[in-house]
Amino acid sequence: MRSMPGLLATVIFYLGTAFELSFVVCSLQKKSFVRYFFLNLYFILTLASSVVRRFSLSHYGVRSYEYWYAYFYSDAILTLALYIALISLYSRVFGELRFSRYVRFSAVLLLLGTAAFSYAVVAQSEDRLATNFVYEMSQNLYFVGLVLTYVLWGAILKLGETRTRVVQIVLSLGLYFSAYAASYALVNFAEKYSVVSFLGPVVSCLLPLSWTVTMWRHSEEARLVPARLVAVPR
Amino acid sequence: MMAVLIFAVSVVTLLMFFVSYCRSLMAASSRHLLSAEVRDVTGIHDLPTARDYAKVMQLLQLCPERPEDRTGLRAVSLYYDILQVTQQSIARLMPQLRIWTETERAGCANFAAVALDRCIAFNREILAREGEF
Repeated sequence: MRSMPGLLATVIFYLGTAFELSFVVCSLQKKSFVRYFFLNLYFILTLASSVVRRFSLSHYGVRSYEYWYAYFYSDAILTLALYIALISLYSRVFGELRFSRYVRFSAVLLLLGTAAFSYAVVAQSEDRLATNFVYEMSQNLYFVGLVLTYVLWGAILKLGETRTRVVQIVLSLGLYFSAYAASYALVNFAEKYSVVSFLGPVVSCLLPLSWTVTMWRHSEEARLVPARLVAVPR
Repeated sequence: MMAVLIFAVSVVTLLMFFVSYCRSLMAASSRHLLSAEVRDVTGIHDLPTARDYAKVMQLLQLCPERPEDRTGLRAVSLYYDILQVTQQSIARLMPQLRIWTETERAGCANFAAVALDRCIAFNREILAREGEF
């Protein structure tokens, strides 16, 4: 028998899709689509994966292999797209120091290293090597993204970055990664409470929402005082 | 055990990013000079203090809010609540933390006052546009 998600899950799904679409529309309206191309690309791919997942869910059900493959392969593509979006933010922050080339080179090296590590972990398993690799790679890349966001925030504080949009986009990403990791851990040790299973999707809605608000409220020229970002004045 | 550890670390980083995010929202509106009208209606003559926050929020509820301020206001309201709980609990034992939370709450009040200022200007603009028709 096919198992379908409940009303709340469907509402969260459509809300998230609306926020993702609103970011792309807002970027176009503010003429910032090309400037933040990789952030937009991430949400466009998220929208496309939502369509694919929804299609496989309605046709094959949540317990089918088709949905399972669609979910994990699209998840891997999205994690990779988010990694590229994060590297594009690195390029923006370090761009003025002319470090962009080194940033890109290091990002490719880190990606290859993560892929090699993921392969080494799953190489022993004989069945579904490709699927296991995709799942492992996705998880490891997600963890790398979390650490890189933390490092980027440190760099922003150190370099005295003043661009309001860049600062708020990076902070929103940091919030997203932390909240998602917390919800993931919570699912592992409090799975008997069904409400925790909704935390991940809710957190996923907040990233496009906060990025849309940033794009809408602040122009590219908006600047803030870097000293005000440090919680404890030095 | 590992899940609990990941959860604890994630909550700490989440709080750190949340505080910085709210500070960035507040910093973005720190250069805004409050209009004489808002100063009159709120009774803020110099810089807003922590005590002004509740009054400004009450006035904001009377004013139809601008859609672009809604999310920021919710985040800063949550930040203010966290600061208030901190001030009434552990900050009682740590004078430095009490001073810091007081300064931060004043920043929240300033953010709310700027939102009120924009809200009044926004509504006045709408009324002016309606008057044209």
